[in-house]
Amino acid sequence: MESSLSRGGETIADKVKEILLSFDGRRENLIPILQKIQADLDHVPFQAMLHVAEYLKIPVGEIYGVVTFYNQFRLKPLGKYNIKVCMGTACHVKRSYIIMEEWKRRLGIQEGDTTDDGLFSLERVACVGCCALAPVMVVGHDGSETFYGHAMTSKVNGLLMEFQRKEAGRPPSE
Amino acid sequence: MNMVPYDRIAQEAKDRFKEIAENTIPLLMVGTATCGLAQGARDVLVALKEESRRLGIEAEVREVGCLGHCYAEPLVVAKMPGTAPYLYGNVTPTKGSLILRRYVRDGDPFLDFLMGSLEKDDVVPLVYDLPRFYFEKRVILELCGLIDPEDIDHYIAHMGYYALHKALTMAPEAIIAEIARSGLRGRGGAGFPTALKWEACRSHIADQRIVICNADEGDPGAYMDRSILESNPHQVLEGLAIAARAVGASRGYIYLRAEYPLAIRRVKKAIEDATARGFLGKDIMGSGFDLHLTLFEGSGAFVCGEETALIASMEGERGMPRHRPPYPAERGLNGKPTLINNVKTLALVTHVIRDSAEAIASMGTEKSKGTMVFSLVGKVEQQGLVEVPMGTTLRSLIFDICGGIQNQKGFKAVQIGGPSGGCIPEALLDTRIDYESLGSAGAMMGSGGMVVMDEEDCMVEVARFFVEFTQGESCGKCTFCRIGTKQMLEILGDITKGKGTSSDLKLLKELAEDIRMGSLCNLGGTAPNPVLTTLRYFEEEYRAHIGEQRCPALQCRELIAYYIIPDRCAAGCEACVGTCPTEAIYTMSTRKKAIDQGKCVRCGECVVACPPEYRAVTKISPRREVPPSLEPPPEQGGTEIHG
Repeated sequence: MESSLSRGGETIADKVKEILLSFDGRRENLIPILQKIQADLDHVPFQAMLHVAEYLKIPVGEIYGVVTFYNQFRLKPLGKYNIKVCMGTACHVKRSYIIMEEWKRRLGIQEGDTTDDGLFSLERVACVGCCALAPVMVVGHDGSETFYGHAMTSKVNGLLMEFQRKEAGRPPSE
Repeated sequence: MNMVPYDRIAQEAKDRFKEIAENTIPLLMVGTATCGLAQGARDVLVALKEESRRLGIEAEVREVGCLGHCYAEPLVVAKMPGTAPYLYGNVTPTKGSLILRRYVRDGDPFLDFLMGSLEKDDVVPLVYDLPRFYFEKRVILELCGLIDPEDIDHYIAHMGYYALHKALTMAPEAIIAEIARSGLRGRGGAGFPTALKWEACRSHIADQRIVICNADEGDPGAYMDRSILESNPHQVLEGLAIAARAVGASRGYIYLRAEYPLAIRRVKKAIEDATARGFLGKDIMGSGFDLHLTLFEGSGAFVCGEETALIASMEGERGMPRHRPPYPAERGLNGKPTLINNVKTLALVTHVIRDSAEAIASMGTEKSKGTMVFSLVGKVEQQGLVEVPMGTTLRSLIFDICGGIQNQKGFKAVQIGGPSGGCIPEALLDTRIDYESLGSAGAMMGSGGMVVMDEEDCMVEVARFFVEFTQGESCGKCTFCRIGTKQMLEILGDITKGKGTSSDLKLLKELAEDIRMGSLCNLGGTAPNPVLTTLRYFEEEYRAHIGEQRCPALQCRELIAYYIIPDRCAAGCEACVGTCPTEAIYTMSTRKKAIDQGKCVRCGECVVACPPEYRAVTKISPRREVPPSLEPPPEQGGTEIHG
């Protein structure tokens, strides 16, 4: 994961120290700090937790406990194409698990994993809040996401081919 | 106290809004809440802007929130100078540019795509005469989708912050008394009387009190809080400020899920704007009352909807509930008395103070007053947010308002209240929607999420789904919740795989009782509800799974098989072959198709692909009833791709 270690020429330590400057050392700031770290580094590396522990004067184990408690935080970086499959109630009754299985089958990874080439990662989300479009897939990173409603296994294949085509530098199929 | 008169505050905003309301140039409003965006509202917005520029049509294109009519998104409201605003549904970029050319430029209202008029009009019928609008009583959603949520003037021009101004001239006791008279109960789930909660918080002596708006909407299938905050955030901020005034709090937080980026952006902007105009911050409107409001981004743990867990997460801890008492009203965030109210409760507070207690108390039933916003999703025709008075029947909500079940299927059950709620069968469709009636049917109001299910939904599988959700979200503190739900999930999983035994049902009931008793918070306390209600109303289905390895709804994948009926399959038709993700479909010597059951993953794609004139693919349960195949699958097993 060379890219996350030296993002923009900065090491994780530099980046985290810079983030910590904008917060005071109260425990209450732990979650906002972790959110900022993830926003900037795309995940919460263990090294970052060490710095936060030192700054807030709490054991790193407790920070690890908080990071792993909440769904928002990730220990691993996401793929270039982050695929989220909504597994909310409305999506479930419209068979979203079949969509999830199809992604797993096509990508050869499990939920929460990233492909070895770093291109694709797969996540399940509890509900993205647009149930009228169920089943829903979301592709992209926080803040720049594309929603795909009324998903079908054939749409999964179409999308995957589209992404692979883009990566190979070929024009889109249409 | 030298308060700024409200008229002066409002006049300026009204003048500014007037330019839009009495528009001299055509106005196009595009609904861009998350649900609209997901259906392509962004493309429509861009298309409208580009097309109007390209065609040289002078028009103002604005973003508004959500009308709640998700089935018809993206929605566009077009208002020409001097005419009523017209509502267009299911707009695509192409349709958008047609509306621009035909209506905005040439003056033809373009009836093909028109849903109706939003105001009385000579040409076009009112949308409010359509059943989906007619039965609604929009209080919380009144302005949602009709104003720009990022423009505070739009809100002020509609009596925005009038209620706060009024509250600041009232004694705190009088505010609480007014809320008490309205009969308002918390809209977050349990339905605790709002006034009592406020009174409790106010009664504790402290140097500081805190108010929190709980917008940690976690129920899968419920998204009204997000929609309200994305469409009209000021209404909620105003309610929170009134609550702060009533209990004497000087700090406030909005606890909003980080998964809702658009809501976060709009609430942040609303806080900034309201502070800049003096509706928040120091010396609000010259009253001497201070309230500092901050947005806290929740990190996505369902249990944080529970008050004490929410507070723990704000203190930088794992979001685990603690024992109550002391209640947060006594010892909350950082040990200070803390009031926590749901988004919809606070929105209604604004209306109680603005209009009167009677305005809310006159709606609803004896014990449940006012309106409630429901999100109706699943197999129902016109999905979306619906606001109706309490006491409306489920039948009226699902069939009269939302148009019944999709694809002419039969109704089976409606799941109310998310993972804590229950499934209500057809026989109880005439249940009135209020806290008590839903409770006695085994469900609960919850946050108002309703998932409608048709005859193709297996109730055992639905119960399993909810237990899987609560199991994953259990914080792990209480043994019964942590391990009990796990056991329950395994039993239910076995049943859906046809591996259940006859003693399982009794065991499930016992476990349910133990989990309910042995859990500290409501997550565990209500986790067995989906299992108990499905057992109560659909026990036959459980028995079919256990005794016959049969799923009556033909849904549980371990118990069904897809089968191509040779007599119906058209020789030479290849429609299904390419759609099969595992290449399980092979061609027989008759050029008809058959399914290799060993390879089939039962995704159902072939059913969709089979042309409607043949309808050759069927589902069969139990699996042993699949007729033997006429020809065995080829040795290599259909790896060759046809067509």
